[in-house]
Amino acid sequence: MTAPVQEGQRLPRQKESQPRPSHPKRSTWADVVLLFIGACFLLPLLWLVLGSLDPAAGHATKVPQQPGLDNFTAVLTPELLFRPLWNSLLLSAGTGVVTVAAAVLAAYPLSRYRSRFNTPFMYGILFGTCLPITAIMVPVYGLFVQLRLLDSLPATVLFLAATSLPMAIWMTKNFIDAVPLALEEAAWVDGASRLAGLRSIVLPLMGPGLGVVFIFVFIQAWGNFFVPFVLLLSEGSQPAAVSIFSFFGQHGAVAYGQLAAFSILYSVPVLALYAVVARGSGNSLALSGAVRG
Amino acid sequence: MPANHRTRHVLRYLPVLPAVVLLLVFLAGPVLWAFHASLTNAGLTGRHARNPEWVGLDNYQRLLQDPVFPLSLALTVLFVAGSAILGQNVLGLALAVLMRRARPVVSATVGTAVVAAWVLPEIVAGFAAYAFFSRDGTLNQLLGRFGLGETDWLYALPMVAVVVANVWRGTAFSMLVYRAALNGVPAELTEAAQMDGAGAWQRLAFITLPVIRGSIATNLMLVTLQTLAVFTLIWVMTAGGPANASTTLPVLAYQEAFKFGDIGYGTAVASILILVGGVFGAAYLRLLKEQRP
Repeated sequence: MTAPVQEGQRLPRQKESQPRPSHPKRSTWADVVLLFIGACFLLPLLWLVLGSLDPAAGHATKVPQQPGLDNFTAVLTPELLFRPLWNSLLLSAGTGVVTVAAAVLAAYPLSRYRSRFNTPFMYGILFGTCLPITAIMVPVYGLFVQLRLLDSLPATVLFLAATSLPMAIWMTKNFIDAVPLALEEAAWVDGASRLAGLRSIVLPLMGPGLGVVFIFVFIQAWGNFFVPFVLLLSEGSQPAAVSIFSFFGQHGAVAYGQLAAFSILYSVPVLALYAVVARGSGNSLALSGAVRG
Repeated sequence: MPANHRTRHVLRYLPVLPAVVLLLVFLAGPVLWAFHASLTNAGLTGRHARNPEWVGLDNYQRLLQDPVFPLSLALTVLFVAGSAILGQNVLGLALAVLMRRARPVVSATVGTAVVAAWVLPEIVAGFAAYAFFSRDGTLNQLLGRFGLGETDWLYALPMVAVVVANVWRGTAFSMLVYRAALNGVPAELTEAAQMDGAGAWQRLAFITLPVIRGSIATNLMLVTLQTLAVFTLIWVMTAGGPANASTTLPVLAYQEAFKFGDIGYGTAVASILILVGGVFGAAYLRLLKEQRP
């Protein structure tokens, strides 16, 4: 998962321009072709599932002779599973909180006040989403060495937050744009301050949108390998993405079964979170925040 | 009073400050640092780590003479063209078109399978792809059923393996973009063409694609930028090998900086990558500006 869909500024608002959706005739051959492609997409995951259930797993994909949960019980230890997952949680939740807080603060004035500052800033932000993050990891490592921030979880959180901020500000601004100003004005007339209006009117109305931004940032941070790989060196602070390498090397032969079991336990939280977003309001909400300019 | 007005103006934009600071310190800072460090002989350890010396354009001259650099550049172009522009883009469009003709259950199921590969943590996707393409992995097992000879994909055809793996990993993004875009095509247009006797392919080529050309352009831009930055997938599958046969620019920058300890040379490669990203990013912004009414 990388940049958001900031696409199609011109996509017509569906209700205005499209009284009825166009649905061509359903056809069976489309079903067949789609199912074939879908099966191809699942194939690489087959090894993960079968291997995790096979205590004698190797590279090869095969139905386990004696399937069992041995691999899962083997990785259910504090060192192998719980500490790395806890570190991943701290890293991802921290990144999510910092990103959403900074994005809301920044997006509010950008959405509500008119200024010459807005357009260049928003284009700068969009440009920021285009930056290849992997390219700046070497310089970021240098920066962290100079500032003595290597191996610091908070500093890594701040860096991850900075990388997801452009997308988060862009999405959050679109969500705030969608909250009618009139509602806030009504609150001001009743004596509420700007901040009170933001807290009592805008935030509740864009709650689901902020949830989507948080979950997207969380999923990205959770799945990110390269950033913690470069910036977090000691074993005690490494998240699951990096600690996964403990199944190689040190223990001699590669423990493929345990690697697969660990991979599944590590992947399930983000798959579940994505399902929440997709089910909640469909991809449409996630996309709509990003799509409307 | 203008001074008072100005103060209020500044105060209003105060909340933007945390975001600006984060972006400046952790994104703009490293980019500038990269350009600076690429002009020095900074090292990972030892004397040159503490006191890097100014070497001017030496690193860039070395790049031009290093036979690995043009190879890496060509491999990056191949990787982006093959997996993003051709693979993800075309397959994503095909999936989106097919999904409108298939039964809702089928398109929802296949959509989940495609998205799963995209939401998975990148390191897990890398391992799954590695196991899939390895000598006794799923792919060779399948091909063996049809009596096709064993190819050691990761050694004999590493670029094919990483290109296909990246198509598997990233197609979901294009699929989601095109699903949203196709929903915005007014039904009247295609129906009118149908009444005039246009076949399905003709409607796609002469009605649908021209209507969504804005989305196609933005999607091409975004998948190009995302693919340019891919590191983990290649790192896990081939580590750039064998003998640099799959060393794209992000992998090269990492190797030079961290494996060979030459931060200066590594950041020179990273700077080139940042510049390429910047050019595409600027083109993308132009595109968006033109699309705005």
